[in-house]
Amino acid sequence: MLTYLIRRLILVLPVAFGVSVICFLLVQIAPGDPLTAIMPVDATAEEQDAMRAAYGLDKPLPVQYAFWIGNLVQGDMGKSIATGRPVAGEVFGAVQNSLLLALSAAVIAFPIGIFLGFLAGYFRDTWIDRVVTAVSIAGVSVPNYWLGIVLVIIFSVNLGWLPSMGAGPGGSSEWEWNWLHMRHLVLPAVTLAVVPIGIVARTVRALAGEILTQDFVQALYAKGMSRADVLRHVARNAAATALSVMGLQLGYLLGGSILIETVFNWPGSGFLLSNAIFQRDLPLLQGTILVLALFFVAMNLIVDVAQAAIDPRVQRT
Amino acid sequence: MTNLLDIQNLTIRFKGKRTVHAINDVSLSMKQGETLALLGESGSGKSVTLKALLGLLPPKRTDIAGSIHVNGTDVLSLSGKALQRYRGGEVSMVFQEPALALDPVYTVGHQIAETVMRHKGLSKEDALSTALDMLDRVRIPSANRRLNNYPHELSGGMRQRVMIALALACRPKLLLADEPTTALDATVQIQILLLLRELQKEFGMGVIFVTHDIGVAVEISERVAVMYAGQIVEEGTTREIIRDGRHPYTRGLLAANLHDVARGERLNAIAGSPPALEAKPDACSFAPRCPRALSACREALPPMITPSERRRVGCLRADETLAAE
Repeated sequence: MLTYLIRRLILVLPVAFGVSVICFLLVQIAPGDPLTAIMPVDATAEEQDAMRAAYGLDKPLPVQYAFWIGNLVQGDMGKSIATGRPVAGEVFGAVQNSLLLALSAAVIAFPIGIFLGFLAGYFRDTWIDRVVTAVSIAGVSVPNYWLGIVLVIIFSVNLGWLPSMGAGPGGSSEWEWNWLHMRHLVLPAVTLAVVPIGIVARTVRALAGEILTQDFVQALYAKGMSRADVLRHVARNAAATALSVMGLQLGYLLGGSILIETVFNWPGSGFLLSNAIFQRDLPLLQGTILVLALFFVAMNLIVDVAQAAIDPRVQRT
Repeated sequence: MTNLLDIQNLTIRFKGKRTVHAINDVSLSMKQGETLALLGESGSGKSVTLKALLGLLPPKRTDIAGSIHVNGTDVLSLSGKALQRYRGGEVSMVFQEPALALDPVYTVGHQIAETVMRHKGLSKEDALSTALDMLDRVRIPSANRRLNNYPHELSGGMRQRVMIALALACRPKLLLADEPTTALDATVQIQILLLLRELQKEFGMGVIFVTHDIGVAVEISERVAVMYAGQIVEEGTTREIIRDGRHPYTRGLLAANLHDVARGERLNAIAGSPPALEAKPDACSFAPRCPRALSACREALPPMITPSERRRVGCLRADETLAAE
């Protein structure tokens, strides 16, 4: 198991390198010049060149990459072109907020999804199964930004129960675990949870349904196991695959909540990303994408290792 | 002494999109410690009978009539905790495909221990040492190491040994073996058969051995019951069935056996295929395939003729001399 872990860790390195190169190049490919966004319209060519040199944008690409990556490993992701603040601080603050939102959504979505999926799988082809399937397809299909707006209209505008935007009185940086802050989390987290509920429910339903038709389930009953015992066996069989789906969902929740964060003005990475795009803030954009991508790589690693730990059939060499 | 097994007029019908009369008026009894082979081709109702014995048929889709008693216990009336105690405790089962019948994500030791813990109320350590003892008894080499193996790490024969250890761990009075050697290589088949025979002597339990291979039936059992289309068409001691099989179907099975066939000789297959059982049979089910059928065979159910004690044949012409052939 330990050698497997080490091997997996080593394999992550080339992936991380590839991710960093793509992050770096993506921004180079994008049309437009970041300087035009921040320089006065009447800036002279000399002034533009000076600015370009100040940010190192006049050097050849490999050199720029080397500088970028060299600074990166020292924790310096450059300065935001728009605000002049260090990118690292901005990104980590935002990713923290996004992580908070993503984990909250996961805490809501995964238990509900697992429960619904198990229910549907166990009562396959009954009305319970059909209701769960309808709910999960609806969950996957409804555009969640639209759902977010509808929830805001109902719970914020009409009922006035919950705030519609922001992360609480402290703004983006001062999160506290009290109701004053947490009530801001409710609507975005619920909205964000709807898609993973559907996906997890459908995955677990398929898994449980498939496992329940296997011979060993009947063999378990034949040796005198109770229904609870049998369901425990089924859960253990389904765990590896279900976990990997949930791990990837967590990755999507973190990186894919741009629309939700925009709808709810949540100061997270998605919000930061959309700002960075509209302001052509290259260092900020690169830093945010890189952190999100690396998080995704890490998630994949955790999922793989967890799967190997749970399922003995996964090759550990 | 009460009979180990008494099945009276068991009739099982599967409902659903298509109705199937899987078992039609089957009666069967076994004495303590007896070994019975249930012989028949696919779809003759052998496995369904075993599942009914363990109460494993889905209640919503099955109609069961008749009665099953094991050591005097009315099996069909069992439910909940009593049914759990009965399954695996009183009667246990060895499945056809050990690769599918063992849970892939638990070690074999755990799977045996789990059963022992449930039925004997032992602690985990004691249950594991029972499991180890059982693996030794089914002649698994270096059992201590195997305890922590997962099913996929074992060979087919080894897995079936584990399955047998699992089934016998709680010392059942009756062991149901559902074609336990069908999925195995020929050499391993013999080993498993011999093992089962030895263990039967050692533990003294009754065994119902389901098979479609008459050679296997001869090897393992004292008595044979031949099933066709959800009915028992002939029953007797193994010797009687081999030497003096009366029912044309039994004789067909015996003739279809490959063992004594010379090279180049035509194999004796039984022409035709078994009926679909969509309706309850009201005449001899074998008549359409029977070389000796009379018109009376197609008009009413054949009588059950009993030439001697515990010997019966469901054929109109069972009493006739067979010399004519």
